[in-house]
Amino acid sequence: MKKHWYDYLWIFSATYLILGFFNILFAWLGMLCFMLPLLIAIFGGSKMYCNLFCGRGQLFSLLGKKFKLSANRKPPVFLHKKWFRYGFLTFFMIMFGNMLWVTYLVGSGQRPLSQHVKLLWSIKLPWQWAYHGGVAPWVAQFSFGFYSVMLTSTVLGIITMALFRPRSWCVYCPMGTMTQLICQAKKPKVKK
Amino acid sequence: MMEEKLQKKRKARVAQADCVACGSCVKVCPKGAIKVYKGLYAQVDEGLCIGCGRCAAECPAAIIEIGEVTA
Repeated sequence: MKKHWYDYLWIFSATYLILGFFNILFAWLGMLCFMLPLLIAIFGGSKMYCNLFCGRGQLFSLLGKKFKLSANRKPPVFLHKKWFRYGFLTFFMIMFGNMLWVTYLVGSGQRPLSQHVKLLWSIKLPWQWAYHGGVAPWVAQFSFGFYSVMLTSTVLGIITMALFRPRSWCVYCPMGTMTQLICQAKKPKVKK
Repeated sequence: MMEEKLQKKRKARVAQADCVACGSCVKVCPKGAIKVYKGLYAQVDEGLCIGCGRCAAECPAAIIEIGEVTA
């Protein structure tokens, strides 16, 4: 099949993760992966972002298929069930809200800047080498928090890529669930 | 026996209620026979589908099956 420019967006996703090891402020670029799918769903009524542009999905495909790192097993049935997907989205949003709250606390001086990346919402990794100052503390705090979100979801995605099919992450990806919900809300009439 | 088999055609079938609309299937279909409808679920064009099963093997939710359709 013919390759398009957007079939190479996995390079963006990989570069993003690497940049975070050198300068945490690059974490802000990840906002693109949050805003674009939402904007496309809200104004375009489609999941074109997931379908064509998502570099992360492409990265998992590449690791799973080209590099043969995926066991290619069928994932457990609950993974695509609504209760699990909506549950995971809810949990994800609560943790995201918590991250924004911490950013606010640092911004208002009630908390010192924490130069850590939190993996899987629990493991505190030292990350101070990637921060070189020069910005307001809340800008830096958001970077650490946002990069934690991105790294955590990548790690989860890699685990399910290895255990099940390459793009298993797409099944429970909170962005994917959210954009599908938006598309459902935009659907002209109920068909059944 | 053989004749009966020839009349049956293998086509992909999507369990649309379980589809996450990720579009993984679209990328592997050699015939362009599967599309994601308005970000809701994948839809198979049975006129184009050759029942090769690539989409079924690719689907990360494993909700596409290849079934026989009598044509």
